[in-house]
Amino acid sequence: MCAKPVKKEPRQVETTGHQWDGIEELNNPLPRWWVWVFYATIVWGIGYSVAYPAWPLIKEATPGLLGASTRADVAAEIARVDAANAGIKAKLIAADLNAISTDPELAAYAERAGAAVFLTNCTTCHGSGAAGFEGKGYPNLLDDDWLWGGTMEDIHYTVAHGIRNTTDPDAHYSEMPKFGVDELLDETQIGQVVEYVLALSGQEHDAALAAQGTELYVDNCSGCHMEDGSGDRSQGAPNLSDAIWLYGGTREAVTHSVFYARYGVMPNWSPRLTEDEIRAVAFYVHGRGGGE
Amino acid sequence: MWDYLKLIGLGLVAVLAAIAANYAHDLAYQVNALTVMLAAGIAFLWVLRSAGDPRPNLQHEYFDSVIRAGAIATAFWGAVGFLVGVVIASQLAFPQLNFEWAQGYLNFGRLRPLHTSAVIFAFGGNALIMSSFYIVQRTSAARLFGGSLGWFVFWGWQLVIVLAATGYVLGATQGKEYAEPVWYVDILITVVWVAFLIVFMGTLFKRKEPHIYVANWFLLSMILTVAMLHLVNNAAIPVSIFGSAQVQLYAGVQDAMVQWWYGHNAVGFFLTAGFLGMMYYFVPKQAERPVYSYKLSIIHFWALIFLYIWAGPHHLHYTALPDWASTLGMVFSVILWMPSWGGMINGLMTLSGAWDKLRTDPIIRMMVVSIGFYGMSTFEGPMMSIKAVNSLSHYTDWTIGHVHSGALGWNGMITFGVLYYLVPRLWNRERLYSLSLVSWHFWLATIGIVLYASSMWVTGIMEGLMWREVDANGFLVNAFADTVKAKFPMYVVRALGGGLFLIGALVMCYNLWMTVRAQPQRATQHSAVPAE
Repeated sequence: MCAKPVKKEPRQVETTGHQWDGIEELNNPLPRWWVWVFYATIVWGIGYSVAYPAWPLIKEATPGLLGASTRADVAAEIARVDAANAGIKAKLIAADLNAISTDPELAAYAERAGAAVFLTNCTTCHGSGAAGFEGKGYPNLLDDDWLWGGTMEDIHYTVAHGIRNTTDPDAHYSEMPKFGVDELLDETQIGQVVEYVLALSGQEHDAALAAQGTELYVDNCSGCHMEDGSGDRSQGAPNLSDAIWLYGGTREAVTHSVFYARYGVMPNWSPRLTEDEIRAVAFYVHGRGGGE
Repeated sequence: MWDYLKLIGLGLVAVLAAIAANYAHDLAYQVNALTVMLAAGIAFLWVLRSAGDPRPNLQHEYFDSVIRAGAIATAFWGAVGFLVGVVIASQLAFPQLNFEWAQGYLNFGRLRPLHTSAVIFAFGGNALIMSSFYIVQRTSAARLFGGSLGWFVFWGWQLVIVLAATGYVLGATQGKEYAEPVWYVDILITVVWVAFLIVFMGTLFKRKEPHIYVANWFLLSMILTVAMLHLVNNAAIPVSIFGSAQVQLYAGVQDAMVQWWYGHNAVGFFLTAGFLGMMYYFVPKQAERPVYSYKLSIIHFWALIFLYIWAGPHHLHYTALPDWASTLGMVFSVILWMPSWGGMINGLMTLSGAWDKLRTDPIIRMMVVSIGFYGMSTFEGPMMSIKAVNSLSHYTDWTIGHVHSGALGWNGMITFGVLYYLVPRLWNRERLYSLSLVSWHFWLATIGIVLYASSMWVTGIMEGLMWREVDANGFLVNAFADTVKAKFPMYVVRALGGGLFLIGALVMCYNLWMTVRAQPQRATQHSAVPAE
């Protein structure tokens, strides 16, 4: 605790002479490189804040000598891309839906634009590969099985207006009765009709029960799903005779569907996407493999 | 007399908490109120049983019992915080771990703030309170001021942690990063923090040394600034005094700016200035060397605390924040580089003449690596604050990696070093139970951090590049889900790194436990205040 600077060894700097719990401090000067780098950052900082918007004044901040503005940069970048794409966008809107694929330049643009729209808006339900989620009610868009039609016009309409939403009066609409909940069929009957549906799709089933379910199916289900189970696209009624199942094809899943019914909803994208974007995404979906 | 006042106060708190629990609007509030009731009840019984006991004069002895409790709490909350970190890292890699039965309690969204608060405020906070109590007594050659107020700070802080943690899990949050605790927990934090300030300042006032040691400058700046940050950022109006919901006083971009002014300086003053205070005492003590440069410590201290407070806007580049604020945030962050490095230079150069100890002393090795990580993160930080870099790094895992090389590398490692230094001294043991276990801890932790930080660099830069990738027509190439999928392997590596770090901390807990349990007593007492 002596307050006199202490020299330790010949080549060593002095301590400050203070001591706390045995800790002393050497009186080394500031490292030169440290000081100079510190000064350099300060000089750079002053220069930078002169060049760019920086110091707040009474009404507004100094704008900076370079006139830089991140908001203006974004607006300019968007305007540049919009200008570059304006011609081909107009062409896409004017084109006949089925003729897009015949113009290589237009098709290439629609494919890329459609992919961007799809990845941003559609992947949440249909997956980034467009394969949907089997058994969860999110349709696979890669196969030939379409609920509301797979032509360019059909897809375009579905994207624009959606399905069973409450926001677009032109949305696709149909409603399957809740056969169990509303007691349209009793549990035995549901069991029979489910066996019949399993038989329709060529799955393992109880033949005796399925036979008893035949009449029930014709009376209650064939109006929408057709007698052969092939479904009806005008009503969004799925094909029951193939191996593709929107909500699962097991005995339990089909029973659940008959008992509670299903009510899949898709938003109408027309207020959110522009016409060229809807066309592009329809083209993209159409081109995934199942387009008709 | 004083005991009776305490009894009345505690009894009142218990009764009011019981009333509050009865009228609670939400489950989190109710559980918190019951917790407060229980804590006040236990404290009431404690005071009642010890009322009227003779109070020996302990002025000739350092107040070390509260520091012992702090050391236990630091190690305990550290292990808890790291464990939750490993859980949420695993949840990110394997979302199935967000179990259906635990939805609304233990899913990622609930556990994430639990992890950050446990590590920063429970582990880091206890480390800071404990070591500042130790440092201020030793470097002032005076017993802690305020009698049992030190115990109030310790137990009050534990209560804050428990209330905040149970609140998060049950859904009580303010939704502000690192300031999630709701209004009544904020009030308790304020009370405890003011008590902390009184204890610390009081001890400085009655110091027997002519000057205030540099570590105490840093610790005091931490206590004062955190108090200011906490009060400003948590200004809110409760929806009901019987509920955990509140409405923030600020809105929109002002709220965002206040939040990141707070958030960045929580890093600057809690995790940087406070831990530099620890470094300035424990590194010279462990190395048995004088501090390298007194001048550097003055200059870098004032530069650091002046500059840090302006750097917050760099968290909001390219947002609704005006360009001018963004520029200033970036400029101050870059100028902050050298003042931050001043601490690193002073820490590392203090070892000159003692570098051979790196080979023999794993505790010094831990401290040196911690200072190294400090230097690396305080370079990475200014670099990431540059707008052009930030446009790539912002919102990516790079930020997470940066935070963790700071938190695990700097804050974690220096705290481990301090615990290894303190435990034998606090419990008056000859030496640590095992130095080779310290070496094991050192390597587990270091490898864990390297895995963590490097995997986050890879995913961060990768996802940053994937997000901005556009084709010739200006369309985005990747869906968000594509980036998530691409990150999977690195998420596994990150969880692995966190796991190693956790195992290291458990090894430390075992080693410290055995030090207290099985090591022989030291002959001389360590806790006597030196005579004038």
